[in-house]
Amino acid sequence: MSTPATGRRRKGTVPRGVPYLFLTPAILLFTLFLLLPIGYAVYLSFRRIKVSGLGLGKGSRTEIWAGFDNYARALGDPELLGSAGRVLAYGLVLLPVMLGLALLFALLLDAPRVRFGRFAKLAIFLPYAVPGVIASMLWGFLYLPAVSPFNDVADALGLPGPDPLNGGSVFFAIVNIAVWGGVGFNMIVLFTSLRAVPGEIYESAQLDGASDLQIALRIKIPLLLPSLIMTMVFSLIATLQVFTEPLTIRSLTNSISSSWTPLMKVYRDAFSQNDIYSAAASSVVIALVTLVLSFGFLRLVSRQAFGGENR
Amino acid sequence: MTTPALSQDRRAATVRPAARRRTSWLGSAILLLGAVYCLLPIAWVVAASTKNGSDLFTSFTFAPGTGFGENLGDLSANGGGIYWRWLLNTALYAGVGGLLSALVSGISGYTLATYRFAGRNAIFNVLLAGVLVPGVTLAIPQYLLLAKVGLTDTYWSVLLPQIISPYGIYLARIYAAAAVPDTVVEAARTDGAGEFRIFARVALPMMVPGLVTVFLFQFVAIWNNFLLPFIMLSTDDRFPVTVGLFTLLNQGATVPALYSQVIIGSLLSIVPLIALFLTLQRYWRTDLISGAVKG
Repeated sequence: MSTPATGRRRKGTVPRGVPYLFLTPAILLFTLFLLLPIGYAVYLSFRRIKVSGLGLGKGSRTEIWAGFDNYARALGDPELLGSAGRVLAYGLVLLPVMLGLALLFALLLDAPRVRFGRFAKLAIFLPYAVPGVIASMLWGFLYLPAVSPFNDVADALGLPGPDPLNGGSVFFAIVNIAVWGGVGFNMIVLFTSLRAVPGEIYESAQLDGASDLQIALRIKIPLLLPSLIMTMVFSLIATLQVFTEPLTIRSLTNSISSSWTPLMKVYRDAFSQNDIYSAAASSVVIALVTLVLSFGFLRLVSRQAFGGENR
Repeated sequence: MTTPALSQDRRAATVRPAARRRTSWLGSAILLLGAVYCLLPIAWVVAASTKNGSDLFTSFTFAPGTGFGENLGDLSANGGGIYWRWLLNTALYAGVGGLLSALVSGISGYTLATYRFAGRNAIFNVLLAGVLVPGVTLAIPQYLLLAKVGLTDTYWSVLLPQIISPYGIYLARIYAAAAVPDTVVEAARTDGAGEFRIFARVALPMMVPGLVTVFLFQFVAIWNNFLLPFIMLSTDDRFPVTVGLFTLLNQGATVPALYSQVIIGSLLSIVPLIALFLTLQRYWRTDLISGAVKG
């Protein structure tokens, strides 16, 4: 580091433009691939096609201002509302089960008298490395009665085999795939936060005669709150966008409609029905609901989720 | 974090040392059950990949078959070995995308952590809000915009949108704040080093462990991303393995023989990722993800 300072600037001062220069790639990409698409989606959501004459030939189809028509249609669309209700129910089942299991496993990994911790940690984290499409395929095959080991077991016991791909149970079949894929990652996040807690806290609790269970409930869980909030917010965002798993399972069953989740409906509107305007309105609504729910949740529980860094 | 007020109950202050030593079998059993649940589909795909088309539906689920080589041959022959092309594409998207993402996140996080400049908080907060923007809902407007400039169905259309990672920038900023002391930057500056040189030669090496985490994070995110390439690409030469296998599975609905290919293809696609995971495990700074990194 012995190169002499170039130019007129004094040693130890920063030229004013440098931070902005360093941030240019991020700001450019952020603008191009986040802000611009958001703006474009909002713009499209207020447009529609006007067809004049028979709608044939050039110039007979023009794009015009539509006001809130697309939004009115989206919000009044029973299909979108139905899929929204389904995803809401999906989240209400998925989030407590997935995060509850993640918390349970994290606490067990951190408990002093539990064995097989290293093996279990690795095994439970492994599904994080499996893409949603692949996970859905693996479970999808395991759900097929002709392939499923659960049916082999049921046969051996003389019981009727489960058929998770048909009827209402397909809902739980999809929840299971999401739990499988998500529990390990959340477990690692929670476990790592637990490890960051200084040991003296537990020692003094032990001296006070607290059992492992009491330590877990009264000390560890409260200390985990900020991490729990963070995992909750990220899981919530992922939940509202569920798309890959039901779309993949759809190849194996007739129980999933093409508008099973809001995003599937948006996809169908935009690409199968070529109605990008109503697709844009629906995706703006989904994005708004996601933002309102995640911000609302953050507000509601605390401001600790992003720690002291956000100042 | 506040230290919670500790127990009021001081009566049972004696710790029983014997009890500390005993294994909690209930706890261990629950963990093992969790592990079995998570390994079950992976164990299944290993077994199923060895079965030929008819064994798949007739023999016991976890019994091995003799069709591994046959399945592998079928998969390699399909479409002139296009499966390997998909795997290569995935490595390209995730590898290059993850690397560029880690670099952009690194310089941005470093800048936001070490410089004081007008608009710093505003820029950071806007970037951070990007974490909450549902990434997947962006895919459709991104498609429409890239279609306008004629970039859809190119490698760029999958690569470029995934370089920017608000979460990566957030992680890099936390890590830079903890790992790059202001005094070191200041000393390099007094020695007369230019700002970029300070970043590249002094700060970047110090940030490597954090950036490995950002890289892995984005690598997995891109590898797992389905919707974006599914929307952007129409030429199967450019598919990543997820989209390729998905199209294969859909054809399988009419040609069940393809199921064997889907199964062995799934196995082969998760093997490299699991291997990467196991080898890079110790470089994962998971404390970063949980926000528990010490400053």
